[in-house]
Order: sequence, then structure tokens, then C-alpha cells
Amino acid sequence: MRGRDVLLYPEGLVALNPTGAEILQLCDGVRSVADVVAALEQRYGSAAVERDVTAFLDGLAAKGLVTYGS
Amino acid sequence: MDPKPLWLLAELTYKCPLQCPYCSNPLDFAGSRFKRELSTDEWCRVFREAKALGVLQLGLSGGEPTLRADLEDLVRQAHGLGLYTSLITSAYRLTKERLAALKAAGLDHVQISIQAADAELSDAVAGTATYRDKIAAYHYTRELGFPLTVNVVLHRRNLHQVEALIRLAESLGAERIELANTQFYGWALHNRDALMPTKAQLDDAWRVVQRERARLGTRLEIVWVLPDYHEQYPKPCMGGWARAYMTVTPAGEVWPCHAAGRITTLTFENVRDHPLQWIWEHSDAFTRFRGDAWMPEPCRSCPRKAQDFGGCRCQAFLVAGDAGFTDPVCSLSPHRPLIDAAVAQVERAAEAPEWIYRAAPASRRLAAKG
Repeated sequence: MRGRDVLLYPEGLVALNPTGAEILQLCDGVRSVADVVAALEQRYGSAAVERDVTAFLDGLAAKGLVTYGS
Repeated sequence: MDPKPLWLLAELTYKCPLQCPYCSNPLDFAGSRFKRELSTDEWCRVFREAKALGVLQLGLSGGEPTLRADLEDLVRQAHGLGLYTSLITSAYRLTKERLAALKAAGLDHVQISIQAADAELSDAVAGTATYRDKIAAYHYTRELGFPLTVNVVLHRRNLHQVEALIRLAESLGAERIELANTQFYGWALHNRDALMPTKAQLDDAWRVVQRERARLGTRLEIVWVLPDYHEQYPKPCMGGWARAYMTVTPAGEVWPCHAAGRITTLTFENVRDHPLQWIWEHSDAFTRFRGDAWMPEPCRSCPRKAQDFGGCRCQAFLVAGDAGFTDPVCSLSPHRPLIDAAVAQVERAAEAPEWIYRAAPASRRLAAKG
């Protein structure tokens, strides 16, 4: 949307910032949250992404747009 | 910045085996205005033009959209453009094979209506035996991995079933249930006295919805479409006139909402004559009530105008007689007594009158009356 990534779902959409889009691209139904965090940490050589990832996914989970276990 | 549309509702046909008395299709759906349906190629061009304009959400509706033999081709084209596609269907004779073919074509989401929680009432409201088809199709939809929305239009004769309807959607594994209180346009306005619930019925149903929402959390989203005659302020209809939404009718007219075609003081253009972009940006129907310059008092100086956009233009036209008036549902509108009178009449009546089913002969009769 106007050059941005969006998540489309029944009767709605969420505009994503580049970080959110990157996190969602890693959510393939196979990787765990820890795997997603590890992949991003490796990509950016940083160890402080876990909080951002869980905050982002919790926000989507509260809308019922993603589900994940422990 | 000029608004860009995000939503397109494609009404592929007004043919429908169901005869629901609250149908949102025009009263004259069987008339010559809607006769010459767009071809596959014409729809595909509409989808391309819509995507170029910014549309991301496509609803494939009707009538009954599965009556179009080219539905799979239309879905394939829309999916290829990157549109999120929703099929809005009654599920009449919808087979698992057809749904699987639609899935393969790229369909994203299925919304299936149901008229009540049990077969007897559901079939009586639809005027056609379809309950069994619907229940079967709900299961196919889940088995094929589609997100599922259960849609119910609520009115006097089925509001007492809200809890049973929510439990049904839950047992089917649906993602959403849309409990849409009847909005009074088209056939629903024609049948208003038969359909309008009492205040007590609405209060009971709303209590159930609140309790069930607390119980279900994000497991099942319960959408409650407000019964606007019983509200103090109007709904923010379509998120504002011509701001994010358009409907293309079976024969190619483009409307700012699926009820707007009844406003006889507007000129509607057709995708056969003009590009969609021109219609969105320049046609009379889309520009007349865009923004807030058109607003009369009490809207003009009202702090709520950025919130509800003056309510619904169709309702202003149909009830108060002028599409440029404040929505008569608003308690600040000088026409609110017209709404209060309709509500009071229902409260007074011991029994609701019979409704007229949505069917082609009745439609032709009503169209002839004008």
C-alpha cells in the first residue's frame, strides 16, 4: 500500500513497518518464536530483538491474526 | 490528499435462489437496469483498474456469486493482482469440489450466511431450503483451510437465537461471526415493520454478545453491527462517502455503497463507459458528498462530523427525502421523529406483519410502481 507492506485478513488490513514485515516473512508456520528471534539476531548481529518480536506478535495475536505456542 | 479506495465489492449477479426479505439488493434487481451482466473480460479489467487505484480488498458477492460459471477465473485474476479475495455466498448447492477449485484459484476467505440457528427457521427466512447446504459448506470450508466468517442478519424473528448462533459458529471452528442487525435499505426497508425488533429483544441480544465475547476472547471474533434506529448517533457509513469503498453492480454501474443506486438525484456511471479512476475521482455520484463541504446543519458545526461523516446518505434520501440532509437517525436531526415513529409503531404492535420475499416477480411489480 503506497509502497508499504500490508497484512490482509478478512474485512481488514494492517500496514506494516519494515521491521514488522521482516518478522512476518519469517513466520512460516514451522519456525518457533525463538527461531524467528535467532534468525533476526543472526541477520543483524544483535542480541536485543526478542522483546521487539514478542511485542509485535502479541499485538497481532490480540487481534487474532497470528497464533503461536510456547 | 485525495482519498483512494481500499475496498471493492463486486456484485457479480443479482440472481439468487434465496429470497431473504431483508436483501440489500435493489428492489428493482430484476429490472432492465441490471440485466446485461459484465463479461469475464470486463470484470478482469475492473479488477486491474481497481488494483491500480489502490484497492486491496475484493468482496465477490451478489445475488449468489457462485451462479457465475466463471467465478474461478475471476478469483484467479484477482489473486494474481495481489487482491485479498472474499467469497460472500449463501452456499446454495456449494460442493467441496467447487470450493477446492476456488482455493486452487487463490481464494483467500469464505463468508457464508445463515438465516437462523436451526433448519426450520433458517429455511423459512431464506424462503428456500438451504440450511443443510450451509452446514455442509461450513465444514468443507474448514477442511480446505479457509478462514471462515459466519454471517447472520438479525431481525425480530431470529434475535432470540443469538446465543445459539454464536455456539454454532464456535462449534464449526469459524474465525468470525458477523451479527448484522438489519439495516433498512432495499428489501429490508420495504419489510421494515416485519423485521424491526423491539428494544427489549435488542437489549437481551446485546447482553448475550457481551458475555460471549468475554468467554471466547480471540477464539471467535463476534462482530455486532449496530441497529442504528435504536442508537443516538448515526453510523459512520462506509467510513465516509467515497473515501475508501466502491461497489460495482452486475451490469457495471459504480456506486459509493451497495445501497446508493436508490438515490435518484445522483448520476451513476458505468465501467463500460469510463475508466474506474475517472469514476472514482470525477463522477457526480462519488464527488457529491465527499469530504464535508456539502454538510448542512446540524452536521456543519458538529464536532462529531469527523467521526460519523454525517451518517448515511441513503438513509437521508430514503427516510428524510434528501440525500444531502443529516442522517435522520441522528438525535440532532430535525427528521429524527420519523425514526422514532417507526420504532414506536413496532413497540406498540402486538404482532409483526408478514414480510414480502425478495423474488423476481415481486421485484418487477415494485419496479413498475417506481
